[in-house]
Amino acid sequence: MSVFKDSGHLFRLAALYAAGTLTFLGIRGLFVPHSFGQYGHYRGAAITEIAAHPVHFAGHQTCETCHTDVQQIKKSGMHAQVNCEACHGPLAKHADDPASAQPAKLDTAVLCVRCHAASAARPKNFPQVAAVDHSNGVPCETCHQPHSPAIGTGGVK
Amino acid sequence: MMTGVEGYMYPNEITLYWSVLIVLYPYITGLVAGAFILASLERVFRVDAVKPTYRLALLTALAFLVVAPLPLQLHLGHPERSYEMYFTPHRTSAMAMFGFVYLWYLMAVLTVEIWLDYRRDIVVMSQSSTGLKRWIYRVLTLGSSNISERALAIDERVGWLITLVGIPSAFLLHGYVGFIFGSIKANPWWSSPLMPVVFIFSAMVSGIAAVMLLYMLIMRLRREKIDMLCVDTIARYLFYMFIIDFSLEMLDLIHRIYEADESFRTLNFMVHTKLYFSQIVLQIFVGTLTPILLLALTQVLKFPEIVRKRMYSVAGCLTLIGIFAMRWNVVIGGQLFSKSFLGYTTYKMALATREGLLMSIALTLLPLFILWVLVKLLPPWPERVQGAFPAETPTQ
Repeated sequence: MSVFKDSGHLFRLAALYAAGTLTFLGIRGLFVPHSFGQYGHYRGAAITEIAAHPVHFAGHQTCETCHTDVQQIKKSGMHAQVNCEACHGPLAKHADDPASAQPAKLDTAVLCVRCHAASAARPKNFPQVAAVDHSNGVPCETCHQPHSPAIGTGGVK
Repeated sequence: MMTGVEGYMYPNEITLYWSVLIVLYPYITGLVAGAFILASLERVFRVDAVKPTYRLALLTALAFLVVAPLPLQLHLGHPERSYEMYFTPHRTSAMAMFGFVYLWYLMAVLTVEIWLDYRRDIVVMSQSSTGLKRWIYRVLTLGSSNISERALAIDERVGWLITLVGIPSAFLLHGYVGFIFGSIKANPWWSSPLMPVVFIFSAMVSGIAAVMLLYMLIMRLRREKIDMLCVDTIARYLFYMFIIDFSLEMLDLIHRIYEADESFRTLNFMVHTKLYFSQIVLQIFVGTLTPILLLALTQVLKFPEIVRKRMYSVAGCLTLIGIFAMRWNVVIGGQLFSKSFLGYTTYKMALATREGLLMSIALTLLPLFILWVLVKLLPPWPERVQGAFPAETPTQ
């Protein structure tokens, strides 16, 4: 039995490693959420938690139930595929109770260049302008109707 | 036009995300693997001439291994989240699985081998030292002071086995770093099955050079005679490894030139412009061909001892610079060109930021400080320790 006696220190080392592994597994059990891995490499309960968040965007279908006039202008223009809240921002509160939350008036001199400022990274056929040369600070809506921006459709709201 | 950008770059390519810290990561890991391979020469391959550097090589490997994850931690931020890599490992992520390769190498190979090799000294020092050191050594004995002949023979045998397992583990550790780069198929500069092999051999070159330099430096600081047989043998192995490493790198280069795929013109242009200094001048001429030439001269001509020492020192320093340049060219070079193959960007290193030059210097010096502490705690010079031993070593 002297082999075991003389290799006692190795058993101590093995015991230390085993204790370390068990501690790791114990801490892991405490720290890793129980729903982790339920559906994939993430916390399963996160789905219900995220689903419970308040909705901020109403969706263009909701907007169009009241704003049929805008829908009519928009559907024949270049912005037909641009959703209302892409420019106006999230308006679920306004859709729930139009009187309590009014959308802010947009500044077209700032808003339009977000998409239409000249950039080499944009497709060539995408309408883009160097804003300073093009309008020199005059709001875009003076000439372009934002909901149907081609010249000739009128520079109104 | 943007400063430092030429031609067409996609917007997400203009700024380099992998900074100099990611250059340090394979560099430091390579030193670990290389130092361990040098240690294994004595233990497994019975190259007795390198015995004076055996323990120093192990301690060097440990000092650098402890620091190896720090560049990644600093680069990623949120070190408090890093444990999650172990708690919820993502098995399809090569980078995430590196955590386990690292842990295996640190805990199952290096620490155990050092502990087994030093156990006799630890037990003796736990009885002969005083104060805090005594407590540290007592903890390190794990409560066993059995240093009987038989117990030490068992240590020797187990240690040999650990080194045997350690060699493929060292290859795995650094080969894995190469694999992480080599498996990025979207980047033609990195994507090569030769990458892990090149990384392993360059790691051996850098680790052997580092231990050789450290040995000569420490001996000089301790005002002791350098064992020239040992240094000559290390230099010979460094020369052999360098030849293999250089051949593999040239094989990779020739293969790329002959294959000349759609990325070739872009990469070729990059090597002749943005990477000219770091790749052609620093890596190939200064950091590879010059040390190979110096080492080759020492193999074929007979130089006096003092000249050999100087030649080894210069070759060692140039080797470390060359391998660092190689890591730089891989990591930074791979991010300088556009995926469109039509443009190039520039890497501007910050100075005093989390990923800047000063931090890199600190991270390079930190392992040396850790090594200094380790050498104080576990002297790699057995003759000194034996001198302090009591007349009869206690047995249990």
